[in-house]
Amino acid sequence: MVRVLTLKDLTVRRGECPVVDRVSLSVAAGEFVGLIGPNGAGKTTLMRAALGLLPATGQSSLAAMPAAARAHAAAWLPQTREVAWPVSVETLVALGRTPHLPATGRMRPEDRAAVEAALARMVLGGFRHRSAARLSGGEQARVLIARALAQQAPLLLADEPIAGLDPAHQITTMEVFAGLAAEGHAAIVSLHDLGLAARHCTRLILLGQGRLVADGRPGDVLTRANLANVFGVRAFYARTVDGPVFQPLEVVR
Amino acid sequence: MLNFRLLLVFLSVLVLALFAASLLIGPAGLGVGTSLRALLAGQGEAAVLVMREIRLPRALLGLMLGASLGLSGAAMQGYLRNPLAEPGLIGVSSSAALGAVIALQSGLAAAVALALPLMALAGAVLSVLLLLALAGARGASLTLILAGIAISAFAGALTSLVLNLSPNPYAAAEIVFWMLGSLSDRSFTHVWLALPFMALGWALLAPLGRGLDALTLGEDAAAALGIRLSRLRLALVLGTASCVGAGVAVAGAVGFVGLVVPHLLRPAVGARPGRLLPASALGGAAMLLAADIATRLIAPERDLKLGVVTALVGAPLFLHLIYKTRKDGVW
Repeated sequence: MVRVLTLKDLTVRRGECPVVDRVSLSVAAGEFVGLIGPNGAGKTTLMRAALGLLPATGQSSLAAMPAAARAHAAAWLPQTREVAWPVSVETLVALGRTPHLPATGRMRPEDRAAVEAALARMVLGGFRHRSAARLSGGEQARVLIARALAQQAPLLLADEPIAGLDPAHQITTMEVFAGLAAEGHAAIVSLHDLGLAARHCTRLILLGQGRLVADGRPGDVLTRANLANVFGVRAFYARTVDGPVFQPLEVVR
Repeated sequence: MLNFRLLLVFLSVLVLALFAASLLIGPAGLGVGTSLRALLAGQGEAAVLVMREIRLPRALLGLMLGASLGLSGAAMQGYLRNPLAEPGLIGVSSSAALGAVIALQSGLAAAVALALPLMALAGAVLSVLLLLALAGARGASLTLILAGIAISAFAGALTSLVLNLSPNPYAAAEIVFWMLGSLSDRSFTHVWLALPFMALGWALLAPLGRGLDALTLGEDAAAALGIRLSRLRLALVLGTASCVGAGVAVAGAVGFVGLVVPHLLRPAVGARPGRLLPASALGGAAMLLAADIATRLIAPERDLKLGVVTALVGAPLFLHLIYKTRKDGVW
């Protein structure tokens, strides 16, 4: 098992209050990890601190790397979908190649191949010459995912990548991440849709108030007690002939 | 999108043509043949003086200043991801102007040769140090803007104070005219004074293309792509300050070039901030040379100021761009 991320006692404080509290975990190649937890649980902060984008105490294998090496080890897809300039979709996706380009900045055949593969994977071939600023929110989200894929890093960290996508694109995007994991990459993806998390992720990490509450297979994490204590909901969860089905039912607090 | 190389070739040819025109047009009314013989072969005493001591430094300064303003404007817009940003935003130009105004008011400028540009450079350096102290080495682009605006406003207030308290109306008029910006009556001394600072600025700003491209995705994504943002920001601030500080020192405040030129050329480079850097440097040089030629053609006997022409041309151009942007709905 190749480890792509190891955290040990990672802690981020905002003032006195720990936003991420002594989180230890490791992620191996081949895993598709869903990072779940209620609003304010520290999902985004955990990922940013793991990447070294926030000052933190404890250890993170990624944060310990120099910036250039880290960009080869992990791709990061922030939640804010920022596209500052109306560049073409192809140009935007090609930004994912930034860490790989030689000093001249010229795209080599392997860079073009990576961009093509990412466009194909997100089914964006028809958009390549469109201005990224003229896309709908959902289309922009998919283009930015393609950008992160073009980076071809062993680990992809994505912050709510499927928020705002239609159901078909939510499912295909989850399948893309699962496919990456099956090919020997790894993905850590924060999610609010526990149904999709239960169906597609190989592993779930549940955060509550900055602490790691549960870590394991979806069936072991989405227990009645965890859902009640952390999310404050009761849910229907069953293995059916169509695979696992999860549906939150009511608030219990 | 135009072919990028073709665009750079076209802009280079334009700059060369305008540079030549700047050498050949002037109140001395020399013929083309006389001008070129004087410039290249040193034939004809008066003509040599006009060509080598007046027109050549003026054309060179126009080229350097225009390229500096275009380049720093493109870099500033790319870093702040805002098409309304301009090089003066970080407060360097108003601080340099303050230095120059103090030199004029105190009589230092009249007493000591080069006191004015040197005081302007000192003002620029002080403002950069203040800016870095205020905005910190790490920190978001917003702090940089706010600190820049604060410094700009304070330097502007002090300049107004100097004007306000000026006992001598002639000195006040001189200050006001100087602040309009001009390239007339400049010599090679000014070229040699500005060149090292501007060259330093170009060297700091030119390699920022890749980082600025990555910043299209936002600061977080750019950092995760391996861009060291604090280093980029330091290079941006120092580079812009060198370019703009030296520019104000030798030519006064010339506005709108750093704002309009990147905006104008953005569609031609597919909106890529990295490619905009060289294109905007060439475009800025072209616009400044053209504006300086215009000051000589429109009202040769009235000493029309360069900054007035760039603003007169730039403001309507900018309004047109805003109108077009509003219609298209995207930058």
